[in-house]
Amino acid sequence: MTPFDFSIPINPSALTLEMLVAALGLGILILGIISPKGARSGLGWVSFLGLMGIIGVAITMWGQSGELLAGMYLLDNYALFWKITFMVAAALVILGNMRYVDKVGNQAEYYSLTIFATLGMMVMASAGDLMTLYLGLELMTIAFVILVCLRKTDNKSVEAGMKYILLAGMSSAVLLYGLSLLYGLTGSVIMLDISRIIAMQPVSPALVLALVMIIAGLGFKISAVPFHMWSPDVYEGAPTPVTSFLSMGSKAASFAIILRLFITALPGVWENWAMVIAILAGITIIIGNLVAMPQTNIKRLLAYSSIAQAGYIMVGMVTASEAGIKGVMFYAFLYVFATAGAFTVAAYFYNVTGSDELKDYAGLSQRSPLMAAVMLVALLSMAGIPPLAGFVGKFYLFKTIVDGYLWLVFIGLIMSMVSVYYYLRVALVMYRDEPKDPSPINVSGPVTVTLILTMLVTLIIGIYPGPLSEVVNSAAHSFFLH
Amino acid sequence: MDFPILLTILLAPIAAALILVFVPKEENLTIRSVAAAGTFVSLALSLYAYFTYDQSVGGLQFAMQIPWIQDLGVTFFLAADGISLPMLLLTNLIGFSAVFASWNINSRPREFFILLLLLIAGVMGTFIAHDLFIFLLFYEVVVIPIYIMVVIWGSSKRVTKEYAGMKLTIYLLIGSAFLLVGVIALFVKTSAMSGVPDMSFTGMAVVARQLSGFDQIWLFGLMLLGFGSLISMWPFHSWSPDGYAGAPTAVSMIHAGVLKKIGGYGLVKIAVFMLPAGAAFWAPYMAVLGVAGVAYAAMGALAQKDLKYVVGYSSVSHMGYVILAVACLNVIGLNGAVANMFAHGVMAALFFSMIGFIYEKTHTRWIPDMGGLARQTPRLAVGFMMAAMASLGLPGLISFIPEFTIFIGAFDVYGGLAVVGIAGIIITALYVLRAGANTLFGPPRPEYNHLKDIRGPEMVPLIVLGTVLVVGGLLPSLLFDMINSGVVPLHAAISDALQLGGKF
Repeated sequence: MTPFDFSIPINPSALTLEMLVAALGLGILILGIISPKGARSGLGWVSFLGLMGIIGVAITMWGQSGELLAGMYLLDNYALFWKITFMVAAALVILGNMRYVDKVGNQAEYYSLTIFATLGMMVMASAGDLMTLYLGLELMTIAFVILVCLRKTDNKSVEAGMKYILLAGMSSAVLLYGLSLLYGLTGSVIMLDISRIIAMQPVSPALVLALVMIIAGLGFKISAVPFHMWSPDVYEGAPTPVTSFLSMGSKAASFAIILRLFITALPGVWENWAMVIAILAGITIIIGNLVAMPQTNIKRLLAYSSIAQAGYIMVGMVTASEAGIKGVMFYAFLYVFATAGAFTVAAYFYNVTGSDELKDYAGLSQRSPLMAAVMLVALLSMAGIPPLAGFVGKFYLFKTIVDGYLWLVFIGLIMSMVSVYYYLRVALVMYRDEPKDPSPINVSGPVTVTLILTMLVTLIIGIYPGPLSEVVNSAAHSFFLH
Repeated sequence: MDFPILLTILLAPIAAALILVFVPKEENLTIRSVAAAGTFVSLALSLYAYFTYDQSVGGLQFAMQIPWIQDLGVTFFLAADGISLPMLLLTNLIGFSAVFASWNINSRPREFFILLLLLIAGVMGTFIAHDLFIFLLFYEVVVIPIYIMVVIWGSSKRVTKEYAGMKLTIYLLIGSAFLLVGVIALFVKTSAMSGVPDMSFTGMAVVARQLSGFDQIWLFGLMLLGFGSLISMWPFHSWSPDGYAGAPTAVSMIHAGVLKKIGGYGLVKIAVFMLPAGAAFWAPYMAVLGVAGVAYAAMGALAQKDLKYVVGYSSVSHMGYVILAVACLNVIGLNGAVANMFAHGVMAALFFSMIGFIYEKTHTRWIPDMGGLARQTPRLAVGFMMAAMASLGLPGLISFIPEFTIFIGAFDVYGGLAVVGIAGIIITALYVLRAGANTLFGPPRPEYNHLKDIRGPEMVPLIVLGTVLVVGGLLPSLLFDMINSGVVPLHAAISDALQLGGKF
């Protein structure tokens, strides 16, 4: 282990994306202070266009690779793909919910915190050591805590914020304790060094303890059973756009870091843990889907369904192979679009009717065919019904575990068909029932764009997944090049 | 490249559905005309394809191939052979008739026809896809439109339409979950064996036939569960009568007419074709289940008083013959299986469309309430009796020869079991004739005197499907030569493995 050699010149252009996003976040904050109140709704457009610009820059950086500060910060297609995914998620959330945010107020805070949360996720995706990992994780979490209680006058929102900060704090503590044990055992925080040193040691009880704590701490973030208790309450109480971002961005970032931590830092140990992860994935899929069935609130239903979705993504972690990583990334990407579609409908519906209850969705297909169709497509994609993207995603995930974990394939696919039961209940209400209030819902321009975009992407990835699959292959391949 | 005829057939209903999105929802006649035009294009082109297919050459024709997903070895591969063309034609015959059988739908017609067109396109896709992945994409497309159609336009009599729709959907999806496990495992095993992933039917089959006997057996078992529950193999059939009873006419027609046949088609063209050793192992069990289905469902039909339940159980019973025929694993049996699927499809669709009209006019499907409808609605009665006679296998109508072929094939292999199956015909005659007598030829009831017979667009299903019933019965070679040209090469490809299986 070598102490950091700060004489290594850092190439600042390697951090272009992070710096741009930080600048955008700060810029929004300043603009919010200096612009008059009536003009603040324009901040959404500034953030959206800013993010789109940065995504453009990110795409030009495809193929970059390298390490900064002796492995503290890793640059590869793997990290870049995740960063693009996070920014796309943030951009979709911002574009689809401008009116919702105008209603809540505090536009500057909302947009800049969303961008800072994105920055945290991007740092996580590139983290090459335990400190950077924790830095990114906390940046994201703290931004989310504030976002969750953004509706300051709503008791539910504040309650959700309190729950989230307490439980997130606890899980961070557990995680940090696990990380410190790891540091104690190896004397290094750099993941690449840790893997070398661990390989030379026998597996000690302290290492097992460290792993248990790390799994618990990160399992909280992806809301894997049995660390999922917080998510339905927080999802229900938080403002819907925040819920949406929480369930796709925060989860995806945690998966990015889990793969990095376990496969880069602890490759030899992993074999002993694959079965644990497989069992956790199985339980998460079963519990998430079963508990989703009786839900009557659309946000709680989506919360439990997102627990189940996390279970599916965990399937890709079991083999710790390139194919598995590919499956995780592919699924996370399409999950962003499905979630954004479903939650944008929910948020807009709340905006118009003030309700999140499933029964109030009655006759939505007649009030707004577009909203009903997008909701249906998003839910069915999560269920993995072809020809939607979720089917291909599940195909990629489950094909990695056919040898050795066939039982998990059965659980996963049968439960995903069972999940159709509650997804179709939503369809039933939207399509069969006559609306109580038959007035059509006029969907505003940016929301229409978001909805059509999410639906088209979900369909196109489902029918023609070839190009995305190539991109993800290259990203997964770069993972092992360090 | 030649004119992509299969792609056009596939896309015509989808294009019509897209046009419908932009038609104002009050324009009832325009909506129906667009739907009819879309299905007509497909029907005309598939007739053209059927009669220009070169049987002397055989094999896959009208093929088009586009590389699709490289790392899974998927190609967008559309092609037709002697087995898929009859099924494609059947789909379009029924799809076209279903549009006219739904002519009188007045609640939310635009949504209805959009879903119907998507459904038809999805079913067609399964029959012309020659790549397992593309096949799967179409395989489940159909489930969701059906669910929505059942819960909006279905009817609640003995079971609520919500129950019927959910039962139908969940049953089929759970079945397909097993199928999916089988397909994913098959893909992983074949691509590990050959090193190059290839999901086209032919490419995959070449590798899959070299899998160990054990692998083939459990993979075939999973596929049998999946396809078996779609073709309503006993004891996975119970969705079928309930589902048909709850569904609107067009859905019952398509579901009983063609959708079920995807199960039989998948068994023949995927499961048997790729895993012959597995097929040899499971064949006796399939035969037993098939015959059990014939007998059980025929008895079930005997006890029904609701017309749709009678036909629902009858279709389970007829599918039992198909399963028995597939289980023969010889050329005659496979010919009979495919031909019987075609024959039953035409007959069941005609049956359901006539029942749909009866229900629309009398508002009941309860047999004892009908009386003698033959006096009041003679044309309706003609269609009903044609379907009924075809159902009991009257010579001269389309289903006689296929059933006869099946019995020849089955008697050869299973002897006694086949006798039980043949005996099922007697029960079939019993319930079909009784239903016909009590619906059409009893004492006429005065309250139905005002009923108008079917006319205009309502006649289309009777004319189209009735013609096929008669022509197929009088000129069976039209159907059998085509099927034979597809079955013979298929059987040649698997016969080595069947003998190695050493089961017979």
